[in-house]
Amino acid sequence: MTTIAAPLDDRFGLDRKVTLPGPLRLDGGGVLASVDIAYETYGSPNADGSNVILICHALTGDQYVASTHPLTGKPGWWTRMVGAGKPIDPARHLIICANVLGSCMGSSGPAGIDPATGGKWAMRFPVITIADMVRAQAMLLDHLGIGRLHAVIGGSMGGMQALTWPTLFPDRLESVVVIASTARHSAQNIAFHEVGRQAIMADPNWRGGDYYADNRPPSAGLSVARMAAHITYLSEAGLTEKFGRRLQGRDAKTFGFDADFQIESYLRHQGISFVERFDANSYLYITRAMDYYDLAEDHQGSLARAFERTKARFCLVSFDTDWLYPTSESRIIVHALNAAGAQASFVELSSPFGHDAFLLDVPELNRVVDGFLRAGERG
Amino acid sequence: MSDLRPDLAIIAANVAPGSRVLDVGCGDGALMAALRDARNVDARGLELNPANVASAVGRGLSVVQGDADTDLLYYPDASFDYAILSQTLQTTRRPDTVVEDLLRIAGQAFVSFPNFAHWRGRLSLLWGGRMPVTRLLPEKWYDTPNIHHLTIDDFRALVKERGWTIDGQWFLKGDRQTGDANANLFAEHAVFLLRR
Repeated sequence: MTTIAAPLDDRFGLDRKVTLPGPLRLDGGGVLASVDIAYETYGSPNADGSNVILICHALTGDQYVASTHPLTGKPGWWTRMVGAGKPIDPARHLIICANVLGSCMGSSGPAGIDPATGGKWAMRFPVITIADMVRAQAMLLDHLGIGRLHAVIGGSMGGMQALTWPTLFPDRLESVVVIASTARHSAQNIAFHEVGRQAIMADPNWRGGDYYADNRPPSAGLSVARMAAHITYLSEAGLTEKFGRRLQGRDAKTFGFDADFQIESYLRHQGISFVERFDANSYLYITRAMDYYDLAEDHQGSLARAFERTKARFCLVSFDTDWLYPTSESRIIVHALNAAGAQASFVELSSPFGHDAFLLDVPELNRVVDGFLRAGERG
Repeated sequence: MSDLRPDLAIIAANVAPGSRVLDVGCGDGALMAALRDARNVDARGLELNPANVASAVGRGLSVVQGDADTDLLYYPDASFDYAILSQTLQTTRRPDTVVEDLLRIAGQAFVSFPNFAHWRGRLSLLWGGRMPVTRLLPEKWYDTPNIHHLTIDDFRALVKERGWTIDGQWFLKGDRQTGDANANLFAEHAVFLLRR
């Protein structure tokens, strides 16, 4: 493998896309003959290429971690963590973020083209897992000439990928940062996802996933799925503080089924704006991958065994109001890391924002991540 | 290492260079950082207070937020050369079980604690009829985290009862070391090095 060095060629930069030769054999038995990966990079490699950080995005995230989203025009989804003077800084790091396998922002997924038929994959796309997403990321690193990562970092589903990395490629990374995440999807997690999937599939526009030709996607179903999921990203206290029982643009209840309450109006807005940027079939595939995720199951039921072969340092952060992936799930990971003798740090931070805290302004989170990354950059 | 609290300075001076250390109740990681920087020690920490953990991780230390009473059981046998429990023993629910766990996890354990039998405390209880409030034990009886007060002789009795071996012992009066003679009466603070 070639060592990367500046100046960088056109494999690096914003809005990159590559088709990598396969086959990529998937956990579910499917095979992808080739893999499309859409990604962005920021910054440059240092002299020995030891400053590469891979950022893994969450369920509805994308590769636009620190640049403007092409569809919404909004700033990158993690500019609080990534940017000049931030813990992950293009001045110090070569940063890579790739759209996950199964997603809809340019990487192979149901909304993409099946090279065998030239048509949309739709539900003919093979079912994927979190580990498959990680394997696709490793293919991208091979393509970029990057052997070893300084760190892999992610929140929520990004944390699942980050945690899977050292189990598949124990020698390929120095450190792992897992924020507001878990080592397995619980029955409750699966339950909420199933509600979302059923909402999509119950929409008459879904039509078994073949809705691309006439551009009439199951927007109502996807919107309801997003609304249900969005509730799980917020804390009860946060909702009460932000909305309470306040009415939306009216002085009295209408005794009808309009969005009387602010929280209703807010959720409807979340649902409607989501369908403009996300594909319903992708939502089915990615939530399924999350539901199938159980890192211990892949290692004879022992999570500690999953981490036995790695020398990586780990940093885990949970939030006290996150009930989607609560602190107890992070503790299970920490106990397994201790049992495996791994170098682990863990802290539960306080935030009113629930699961979404990892995307929001939590200064302590930046301090912890910054200190952890810099500790691996000494000498 | 001169900035360390006196009991921590004693521990730091007696940890072998290059060893593996678990600091239970590591606070903001002052001792761990000193051991890492001055003695090339591979130090890991366990700490209850999240603000302390954030500080320690922020300075690049491997610290896990957790409770000595419940989380030590997840550490495998003999995985460290030393375990350190400084000023924490008296705050645990089962100090005896905690020390047993330390000696299971590590070859040797440093245990430091304030001596409740120091003469000032005795006088306060004897003449004042009130629970002592001193420099090392500044909290009142109702808000103290110290739920298992002990004396040096109490600790020695526990060591004997459990058949542990004392490899070293140090006593402090103020910030200075003091002799072994009548330590139970004159020492404010004790540091023991134990093994199983």
